[in-house]
Amino acid sequence: MKKRTVEELKEIAKDLRKKVVTMVYEAQSGHPGGSLSAADFVTACYFREMNVDPKNPKWEDRDRFVLSKGHVCPIQYAALGTLGFFPEEVLHTLRQEGSPLQGHPNMHCPGIDIPTGSLGQGFACAVGMAIGLKIDNKPSRVFAVLGDGECQEGEIWEAAATANKYQLDNLIVFVDVNNLQIDGTTDEVMPNLDLGEKFKAFGFEIYNIDGNDMAQIVRTLDTIRMHSHDHKPKCIIGQTTKGKGVSYMENVASWHGVAPNKEQYEQAMKDLEEGF
Amino acid sequence: MEKKATRNGFGEEMVVLGKENKNIFIVDADIGKSCKTDGFAHAYPEQHINVGIAEQNAAGVAAGMATVGKIPFVVTYAVFGSLRMCEMIRQEIAYPRLNVKIACSHGGLTPANDGASHQAIEDMGVMRTIPNMTVIMPADYWAARKLTRAIAEYDGPAFIRFTRDAIPIIYDENTEFTIGKAHIAREGKDIAIIANGDMVCYGLDAAAKLAEEGIDAKVVDMHTIKPLDVDAVKDCINNIGKIITVEDHNIINGLGSAVCEVVAEAGKGRVIRFGIQDQFGESAPYHRLLEKNGITVDAIVAAAKNF
Repeated sequence: MKKRTVEELKEIAKDLRKKVVTMVYEAQSGHPGGSLSAADFVTACYFREMNVDPKNPKWEDRDRFVLSKGHVCPIQYAALGTLGFFPEEVLHTLRQEGSPLQGHPNMHCPGIDIPTGSLGQGFACAVGMAIGLKIDNKPSRVFAVLGDGECQEGEIWEAAATANKYQLDNLIVFVDVNNLQIDGTTDEVMPNLDLGEKFKAFGFEIYNIDGNDMAQIVRTLDTIRMHSHDHKPKCIIGQTTKGKGVSYMENVASWHGVAPNKEQYEQAMKDLEEGF
Repeated sequence: MEKKATRNGFGEEMVVLGKENKNIFIVDADIGKSCKTDGFAHAYPEQHINVGIAEQNAAGVAAGMATVGKIPFVVTYAVFGSLRMCEMIRQEIAYPRLNVKIACSHGGLTPANDGASHQAIEDMGVMRTIPNMTVIMPADYWAARKLTRAIAEYDGPAFIRFTRDAIPIIYDENTEFTIGKAHIAREGKDIAIIANGDMVCYGLDAAAKLAEEGIDAKVVDMHTIKPLDVDAVKDCINNIGKIITVEDHNIINGLGSAVCEVVAEAGKGRVIRFGIQDQFGESAPYHRLLEKNGITVDAIVAAAKNF
């Protein structure tokens, strides 16, 4: 994958965020908040870190990407469409009948490696992929994005234990810690305590960063790449802002799964372009 | 008659398959010894994953492995392999139609002494309602070996259920089985007994007793309840009309239900169902649990005579 600069990646992230808001606005349905919080990490993966081939989505030696918090698929679709996994105009069909861009990702969409949407499950699949790739001595790595709310699912910790047992140094987990879930803050609904310490206790190498700071993300991924053979799975705890980049969405739980109206859409596009 | 548990047939066939195809894996969840995967694990440790007591994760890990070209068999007890893992099977295995096999010992009431917590009486029905799923219960040791091989060769998700206890061997190594195709265990013209698993042997025993009284019973081994061999059921409807189903499964949504669906749509024929009477089991000898649900050879014979 092309080694883009941090500044170039920031511009791409801005573009992908606009596409996310546009998709959700046009569909009048979808999950903008978490898509925007995860946008920077997703951008860094697809536009700098991962080996993928948009013209050959099933290329055997590709890196895998598992969006375990599958409801934020608009950001993944935006990345895949921009890279050319499918024609960019398909982005206008989110959640429409017959569209490969289902409300939650499935494998009819080029570039999707596993269906997700039922929280907790994608991560176990990512672990299975990493096990299989390691058995075959493939250089491919597996990138998984988890929500902090999702970490309330017990299956996450079953999978984490398995990642430790099989020494999956080809597995990179990003936990999108935006501290919000549908019913409120994670602290209110079900406190996660220190997720970094938890993953550390499960044998992961931990990286605590600002998950919306592109420079930190890139630096962390560079570091992780240098430790690809240390027998330890990696976990980036990314502190993020839900709704990042849109003034009225930032840190507001109710923007989890709601589409903006016309006025809100225009405001969002302005916020993303000009900052606020 | 020689007896062997079908779980042994599974375990032995997996040892053969594991050598032939290095992409075949077993994903265990700590009960490998009981599910007879120890031979495979010992012979091919590099093809054996044990995720511990974490069945939901086992299903997800297997799905992930299937996406990179492996053929994983998730092995556990039927109650966990159907219910504990249910949504993971639906979302990550059946929905993307991945090549994962769920192979379960302790089907039906066979874990008799363990009590209701371990008795899988809903498993096949639950699996039958999930799109893309194939659901199988072999009738004896040889059928277990043949059908284990068949699902390994089949590209898609499948659920196969074995017995804990030794059951009579009614076939031999030359008997052939095809997924979705009923095996006619006995030809007959007066009444059709459609059964699966160890209940096929009950059907054959009933047929033998009926023969003494001049009643010629056909016995159909419907090892695959999904996809159901509709033509085999229609043959029974059109040529006999009287059908008895026998299964070690809840009376709801198993073999009997599947057969009734065909009969209802055909608009002719009649069915009497033997199965678990929509009630939980308990710790007791296996044959006693079957008796408590009215599943005995004598009861099948009586039903056939009074049909």
